[in-house]
Amino acid sequence: MLEDYFRQYGLIAILALVAVAVPTSMLAFSWLASRVGIRPANPTPVKLETYECGVETIGGAWNRFNFRYYLYAILFVIFDVEVVFLYPWATKFIRLELFALIEMGVFVAILLVGWAYAWRKRDLEWGS
Amino acid sequence: MLFQDIIFWVLAVTAIGAALGVVLIRDLFRSALLLAVVFVAVAGFFALLSAEFLAVVQVLIYVGAISILFIFAIMLTRNVREGNLPNRLQLPAVLFPALLLAALVVAVVSSDWRPIPEEELGRAQLTQTQAVNIVAEETLAAEGFSTAAALENAQQAGLADLLIGAFVLPFEAVSLLLLAALIGGLALARSRGG
Repeated sequence: MLEDYFRQYGLIAILALVAVAVPTSMLAFSWLASRVGIRPANPTPVKLETYECGVETIGGAWNRFNFRYYLYAILFVIFDVEVVFLYPWATKFIRLELFALIEMGVFVAILLVGWAYAWRKRDLEWGS
Repeated sequence: MLFQDIIFWVLAVTAIGAALGVVLIRDLFRSALLLAVVFVAVAGFFALLSAEFLAVVQVLIYVGAISILFIFAIMLTRNVREGNLPNRLQLPAVLFPALLLAALVVAVVSSDWRPIPEEELGRAQLTQTQAVNIVAEETLAAEGFSTAAALENAQQAGLADLLIGAFVLPFEAVSLLLLAALIGGLALARSRGG
């Protein structure tokens, strides 16, 4: 019985296996292709540059980040915590009654006030 | 059971290896990333204990929120390229985790780890899961808790029922608390005059 229960994780195991196998096999095939001479190896400084959506890269990636990102981080964390409460509610949504919907509506509405506050205070804008 | 043992050891080695990396690697940023790996492994342990809700919460809160805050704090406050600044906190850093470890070891050793009889194993596992979810025993019996489907079905029922039932006021108060945290955090983080 418990074995049946854990067998359900087999799907996750297969997913994880595919997720690892696809990029690994790509790298392996690329290496193999270079070994048998299908893939030419002719590195130039331009080829070895870091690719960033076609835009020329300026400086390193280890800069100090703009502090404005932190406002987004705070917003994310709060709504991340909200999901924890939505999750058990959502799994039993079909069985729950209208009252549950209203309650969750109130819960989300109160949190949306915070989002509206951030919007109103222009925390989501980069112009200033 | 063998399969579960393999998973357990993979998770254990991952967790301990990553945890060692967190304290041994000098690069603060990479330490934070390894800490996220530790959190994921702990989520795996929760799943292995059939406490799925805790596993999901672990991923959402610790891997998602806490790690993000750590990494942001590191990336925002100082230049990562400068490396770790030296400090004089070695002694407390050894002392307090050692105390915590001692407390945990004492708790583990002094606990009564009676093996559960085979016929009660399913129920025991479910009870353990319900530590978070709290499902009435009658409900479980009515749903036929011995099948895997019912086990899955019973997972979050308790918590949802409690959230909209007995604990509806604390539940709504939580949203106010989160709102206060959000507005407070934004007000503190906002640059002056912005």
